[in-house]
Amino acid sequence: MRTLALFICLLLGTGVAHAGSTDEQDFDLISRGRYLTVLGDCAACHTARGGQPFGGGRPIETPFGTMLSANITPDYATGIGAWSDEDFINTLQKGRGRFGQHIYPAMPYTYYRHVSRDDAKAIRAYLATVPAVGNSVETNQLPFPFSIRASLGAWNLLFFSKGAFQPDLGRSADWNRGAYLVTGLGHCGMCHTPKNMLGADDTEKALQGYKLQGWFAPNITNDARRGLGSWTVDDIAAYLAAGHNRFAAASGPMAEEVSVSSSNMSHDDLRAIATYLKSVPGQGHEHDAPIASTEPAMRTGAAIYADACSACHTPDGAGVPGLFPTLNGGASMQSEDPTSVIRVILRGARSVATAGAPTGPAMPSFAWQMNDAQVAAVATFVRNAWGNAAPIVTPADVKEARRHLARRP
Amino acid sequence: MGRLGRRKLLAGTAVSLIFGTGCWLDGTPARAAIVQGSLPWQPYAGDPPAGIGPGQWHFFSAEEGAMVEALVDRLIPPDADTPGGKDAGCAVFIDRQLAGPYGRSSRSYMRPPFRDGTESQGPQSPLTPADRYRMSLAALDAHCQAAFGRGLPALSPDAQDKLIHGLENNSLPMQGPSARAFFELLLKDTRYGFFADPIYGGNRGMAAWRMIGFPGARYDYRDWIDRHNERYPLPPLGIAGRPAWSDRE
Amino acid sequence: MAQKLPHRDVVVIGLGWTGSILAEALTSEGLDVVAVERGPWRDTATDFPPSYAPDELRYRIYHELFLQPAQATLTFRNKIGQEALPVRSWGAFMLGNGAGGAGVHWNAETWRFLPSDFELRSHLVQRYGAGFLPPDTAIQDWGITYAELEPYYDRFEYLCGTSGTAGNLRGTIQPGGNPFEGPRSRPYPTPALKQGFSHKLFAKAAAELGYKPFPQPAGNLSQAYTNPHGLQMGPCTYCGFCEWFGCGNYAKASPQTTLLPILVRRPNFEARTNCEVTRINLSRDRKRATGVTYVDSSGQEHDQPADLVLLCGFQTWNVQLLLLSGIGQPYDPVAGTGQIGRNFTHQTVSTATGFFDRAKYNFNPFVAAGAIGMCIDEWNGDNFDHGPYGFIGGGYMGQVQTNGRPIEKTPVPPGTPEWGHGWKQAVRDNYLSTVHTGTGVHGSFSSYRDVYMDLDPTWKDRFGRPLLRATIDFHDNELKMSAFLTEKYAAIIRAMGANQVVSEPRKGPYDITKYQTSHLCGGAIMGTSPADSALNKYLQSWNVPNLFVQGATAFPQNAGYNPTGTVGALAYMSADAIRSQYLKKPGPLVQA
Repeated sequence: MRTLALFICLLLGTGVAHAGSTDEQDFDLISRGRYLTVLGDCAACHTARGGQPFGGGRPIETPFGTMLSANITPDYATGIGAWSDEDFINTLQKGRGRFGQHIYPAMPYTYYRHVSRDDAKAIRAYLATVPAVGNSVETNQLPFPFSIRASLGAWNLLFFSKGAFQPDLGRSADWNRGAYLVTGLGHCGMCHTPKNMLGADDTEKALQGYKLQGWFAPNITNDARRGLGSWTVDDIAAYLAAGHNRFAAASGPMAEEVSVSSSNMSHDDLRAIATYLKSVPGQGHEHDAPIASTEPAMRTGAAIYADACSACHTPDGAGVPGLFPTLNGGASMQSEDPTSVIRVILRGARSVATAGAPTGPAMPSFAWQMNDAQVAAVATFVRNAWGNAAPIVTPADVKEARRHLARRP
Repeated sequence: MGRLGRRKLLAGTAVSLIFGTGCWLDGTPARAAIVQGSLPWQPYAGDPPAGIGPGQWHFFSAEEGAMVEALVDRLIPPDADTPGGKDAGCAVFIDRQLAGPYGRSSRSYMRPPFRDGTESQGPQSPLTPADRYRMSLAALDAHCQAAFGRGLPALSPDAQDKLIHGLENNSLPMQGPSARAFFELLLKDTRYGFFADPIYGGNRGMAAWRMIGFPGARYDYRDWIDRHNERYPLPPLGIAGRPAWSDRE
Repeated sequence: MAQKLPHRDVVVIGLGWTGSILAEALTSEGLDVVAVERGPWRDTATDFPPSYAPDELRYRIYHELFLQPAQATLTFRNKIGQEALPVRSWGAFMLGNGAGGAGVHWNAETWRFLPSDFELRSHLVQRYGAGFLPPDTAIQDWGITYAELEPYYDRFEYLCGTSGTAGNLRGTIQPGGNPFEGPRSRPYPTPALKQGFSHKLFAKAAAELGYKPFPQPAGNLSQAYTNPHGLQMGPCTYCGFCEWFGCGNYAKASPQTTLLPILVRRPNFEARTNCEVTRINLSRDRKRATGVTYVDSSGQEHDQPADLVLLCGFQTWNVQLLLLSGIGQPYDPVAGTGQIGRNFTHQTVSTATGFFDRAKYNFNPFVAAGAIGMCIDEWNGDNFDHGPYGFIGGGYMGQVQTNGRPIEKTPVPPGTPEWGHGWKQAVRDNYLSTVHTGTGVHGSFSSYRDVYMDLDPTWKDRFGRPLLRATIDFHDNELKMSAFLTEKYAAIIRAMGANQVVSEPRKGPYDITKYQTSHLCGGAIMGTSPADSALNKYLQSWNVPNLFVQGATAFPQNAGYNPTGTVGALAYMSADAIRSQYLKKPGPLVQA
């Protein structure tokens, strides 16, 4: 189940024919549109597991309940075949359905508002060429009171600023392209930006990391400790292209993002994204001093690490490039929130396999071998050894994670 | 220790079930795991061994268990530094093994006919290890009762040693499998119990590994391949960890 | 009733090393390939993670990764005329199972055979005369030369990332390598493994005796490596749980680490696991394979039609399937007719154990790898003049001790009681200071007319099919060779400084309970003519040209090396022939 921070649009599937106006011979427009759907990772939500491309019906987990993604194929009755281009652009940029109704911001219109009209039309043009799929989806599966759409008007007033992307003329073209992609089509902040109580982005803390879907999507600002500070532009681009670089491996939702979206992006766009991310400043943080190695949890964790982890991640945490992630340094180890570290120790993880990095190595599960205190100790150790510094992980954290993860597929 | 890991069959995105498209005589579709698209994976995957705790015998009767404890403690006697076979858990180990696939010969080819051959052709008996222990322990007990008027556990260590010598040189009259055959079986299983990972009930406290200097289930000696003729410093590690994993003082 | 499945271009029987190599080659040609594998899917993190892979009882003693005899076995006898009896538990060899096959549990000792090994009969007859060959010999030339195979050895080594020191680079002898090896076109892809104390001591003693020791070529990698398919392997950590075990940290070359991840990504590849092929189906004129019949785990039978059938199982099962499918003529040892089952060979392994002064020597035997070791090759193949000794063949020898696992590696000096205080004390005293190599001498095994395979008249498998019957014994030539080689070996162990050396040359009869290696060879051998071989030089069946039979099944006799390097090279050569010749013009690639 693909989870996003918030809701998905409801696209009522019936109506009068009012089709888009694109000339289906416009090869350039259509192929540009196809690439833009890659940039926007549309398939990640709108293609169900084992389903037809863009046929919708994929469950989207939100903090308020589960929704289903809409059918965005050109099917007249159940897709968007009956829509005008203007309907489509309104949905993308304003969060309004075909009849003006509010749609849930699980559909990232708060990001897509930055998508230019030209790009929106190109996406529409491409979607008009994919095979029509008859699949009627009732997207709104939310429980009361979240099922009431009217509240979205107020939500938009509070949290949705309209307006197209404004380039910063003082910055390079690369940076502007990156900003357009990260804050627009790429909607990186949907996962990586913290949310407030009502599920809206905490824009003060853009891209500083957020817990969702049983993972912690790490800080991807240029923060030296918790973010991408130790990665070069090339490291970031390589990671997005292949799912692996000399430090890290993508698994979980990021594996899917790499697989469906960023591995198919152009090298220039990946470098642009990286250039922009490297410009987003980190923020000062607590816990900058490591937990002392004499602490009981650190001593126990050091023993467990030497016995159970070093054969892959190496005794000094350096790992093996492309195969075993680096643990000494980097965002995924030192996030304030230890959710992902605990998760991969307990459940194991398969990293993404791509054409550029086809190995797809996996981390085995240790849930059977280590009790809560042992997982907590080794997690605390890797987060505070070799110059790392991050808050302690307690046995209670692990116990809670076990309980939570047991309910996940 | 939670036990979440038993192999969960054929899940994950890359493994699906094939359902045939034709008619099925018995109405059930045939199935096969198909691997295609990506490497199969799923959370908690793996098939780790189940830990064995102390407790009642699974296979032996109380009397059989006492006999085997006495025997393994003479085969591997206790000394000042290292426990004997009994305290190392060898009898528990053998008991649990006999209660499992080994005891039933479930992985061996057990189709008839069973015919005697040459030694080079290997064992050809329909008897499983569980059968052999049951028969030989009964025969040994019968011998002890007849010769000494009491069971083997009640005999002195010297008398027990004499009996084992009788098994070893095949001089002890035994019903069923030969004395020597039982000696070989028991000695082999006792050594397995002494040296196998403690997760199987023997080698308690990794005593046998400590005795010889084997560091156990360690997986990384990169720091030691170049250090020649030096004693390896770290204590042994078992599949279930080691004391330092829990020492939080 | 068998369920008829949609037609495929290629069906691969068995997804081990050769099945994976062939599937990779033919999917890259755009062909639809389906691999039918008897065992389960296997993968590093889920099937042998470092957390429970190092388990001697489970994997070494109870054979967890191997095919279970309850599922399939064979019968065995030493001599014609004797009644063969079933191999009820594995002993003399271990038979792999599941995706990756024996490539999961092998040591990864990655050798090339000597140039003279491929032209053995001609070479020996030329040097010593036909009268020098042992009586009843069946040795013959392979029908290929080392030079033809060299590019494919190279390809297999670069697939695996093999760690070693070249001995002969394009004809120039290199320091530190094996001076007897055939010329190689490139150095090994990665440098040799590091060596432990006992291995270095062996090399020193051997050098002092005038030998030229060199590191064993290893598929346990000395450093991280990216193979030509872009697959990444890690460095070996010398854990000492390698052979009989799967590697938990991507450091051992196997189909899992070198091929399967890219294969599964190809839309024209599919693996069906837990499916056992019971028959290769033939056209009415028996000149064309039409596909295979297999049984899935529910017991349902399927017919999988295909244009090309690649038989890629282990040697025993390849021979059994050929016999059960009626392909070629079964070998008759008395009449000397027929090809299927002939020239069955194994290995003639022996060793010598050295007990050292524990106050002076600590070998830490557990710090090891599956293919670690220092070797010499002076007594292999025809690297020495056999004239004075009256036997043919040889083997490499070395301190190749691969582990210190205590059930297996607690030898005690002769005279130690089998139990009690004396035994316990001897184990304690000798564990760290003993050199105890399982295969110190890796001797060759000549082929003979009376060592062969056929179908057993009595015992059946779970489908009611006759079991394969192996008739095998050591001949005087091998026993003489083993006595000679083992003494040479023991002399080096003595020179290392051992207090006591226990020499164990191989003795007859061949014993099905005593482990040697899992290097079973022959049964459907390659050659130049259908008169004395089952396959042509491309491993194509003479009888059924759309059937290719891979693996050591094709070896006319076994050399004094581990076979996998040659198995991999032959598979690549066969794959190239299919790609460049057969697909353009399906039919016999060599005219009979």
